[in-house]
This record gives sequence, C-alpha cells and structure tokens, in this order.
Amino acid sequence: MDSATSDARTPLGAAADNGLKIVVVGGFGVGKTTLVRSVSEIRPLNTEETMTKAGEAVDDISEVRGKSATTVAFDFGRITLDARNVLYLFGAPGQERFWFLWDRLFSGTLGAVVLVDTRRIGDSWYAIDRLEHHGTPFVVACNDFGGPAYTPRQIREALDLDPHVPLLDCDARSRASAKQVLISLVEHVKGSYGTQGPARLQVPVPHQELAL
Amino acid sequence: MSRPGRDDSPDRLYTLTGGRARSAPDNPFDLVTLVVAECDPATGMQSEHAAILRLTEHPTAVVELAAELKLPVSITKILLSDLLAAGRVSARHPRAVVSDPDVLEQVLVGLRNL
Repeated sequence: MDSATSDARTPLGAAADNGLKIVVVGGFGVGKTTLVRSVSEIRPLNTEETMTKAGEAVDDISEVRGKSATTVAFDFGRITLDARNVLYLFGAPGQERFWFLWDRLFSGTLGAVVLVDTRRIGDSWYAIDRLEHHGTPFVVACNDFGGPAYTPRQIREALDLDPHVPLLDCDARSRASAKQVLISLVEHVKGSYGTQGPARLQVPVPHQELAL
Repeated sequence: MSRPGRDDSPDRLYTLTGGRARSAPDNPFDLVTLVVAECDPATGMQSEHAAILRLTEHPTAVVELAAELKLPVSITKILLSDLLAAGRVSARHPRAVVSDPDVLEQVLVGLRNL
C-alpha cells in the first residue's frame, strides 16, 4: 500500500452535485464486477457495510463465524454523466444475507440490472423476487458464457419473469454491451414513470379487475 | 484483495467513532452524497478527519471515501456527520429521481455519449 492509490484518484469536477445509483445484482461469478469495470471511469473499488447483531432482525450466523457483525462487501465504479450528474454502479451479491442491507445502502436507486448466467438460472430467483418486492425497476441481462443458447421465452419462463421486464443478452466484458444494458435500464425506468407521474412508480400495477 | 474493515479489530472502529457503532437514523448521508471540504486539515485533528478533508478537496462520494479510508460505510458516515456538524465539510445530497424526472433524460444523454 503506497500513495499510488491516492495519486491515481480521478477527481470529479467542482460542479458535481448529484450522485445516482444503479445496482448490478447477481450470483457469485456471474460477472458483476466485470460489467462495472467495462463502463467505469475508475478502477472498481471495494468497500463494505457492517451491521451489528444487536437490534437487527436478520443475521446469518453461519456467515459471521463468531464475529459480532455481519459484513457485506460490494464493488463499485463511477461514470461522470455531465457536469452535475455522477452515476455510481454497484456490484452487489444476490444471496439472501445481502438483502437486509438493501434499504440502507440502495434506497433511492435508479434501478437494478439482474445479471444472469443461464447455466445457473436459479441463482437469480431470489434477487428478482426481492426487487419486485421493493418496487425497484430492473432489467435482466444474460451474460454470455458461451453456454447453450436458450430462447428468450425459455429464459422468461425459467425466471418467471413479468412480461414488462426487459430481457437482454450482454457481454459484460464489452464496454459497448455494458453501456447498452444501462441504457436499456434507464429507458425502462423512464417508461415506468409513464404518463401517470412519478408517484406511480412505487405503486404496484393493479391487476385487471374481474367482473364478478 | 484486502477489504476495508474486514480484518480490523472492532476495537479500532469503536475508538474511531467514540463508541458509536452505527450511524444515527437521522444521519443525512447517502452512499452517493457528494462531500466537499470547507477547510484544510489542521494539526491535532483526528487522522481520519484530516484524511477526509484531503480526499474531499474535490467532490467525493461517501462510498468512495469509505473505500479510500478502508472503513465500513457506517463508520465513514459517523465521521462525516461530525465534520458536517463542525462545518468542516458540506454535503451535496442526491436529488430524488421521483421529484425530478428530468434527471432520467440527463442520465440517458450522458450514457449515450459514453
């Protein structure tokens, strides 16, 4: 550890005043950090949040190994969008013990990318369920690992994906591909606002009423 | 890879924050709140406070500070709230997208220009 770390920092412009969040969530080894790295203007950094057991409902003791706090590590990168807006991309684990930190860490997030390895599709179920529960808009991006090709319909069925959720293929190593994933997400978020105003975003869309 | 906080003794974190383990519920800092120093580091200052003031010469997000300081986010927020209360830093909090949908268009433009 030397001063090179600090010297390598790329400072934001003086007018930057609005940080935005997009979370990339997925199973271990699915390419979250790779995707973040592909589009980030800084080398992805790693940090973590801890939560003490006292007073907190959720804790998986097996993960703590005798420590008094649960720790969740996450990577992040940064994209300067314009003079004022800075987008932070967070790569976050999808497993259960992560989600109790969601409200604290990622409240107010613009949206989420669920990164899927089609060889291990079950890794994504929990994340999708939680995002739906939180009312966070998301897209599903299948990272290309060269596995067998599935049709979008097969993947949608396997994920039990709501028809309005965009599903796309990507190569997390490619800057252009990662960029397109983010654009698709923001377009989807924009669409979620629709003409009914932003207040609708957190409200579940009512099912078609049945004539009784 | 070394991960901030993971191998630190809890005693060190406890000492850093004067015994506060969690940021107060009213702690105003978000992960992406941009922090800007309002003064220079001074001798006698707690070293983490001085480090924050050096790092925030330019706007710097809370999460970047945590990563650079190798401290958990919650501990970083406690240090920041002390500096904010003392007027040594200012905070630029994220604008809620819900109240400013124009931001979405700005994000799209920014991403397309990448």
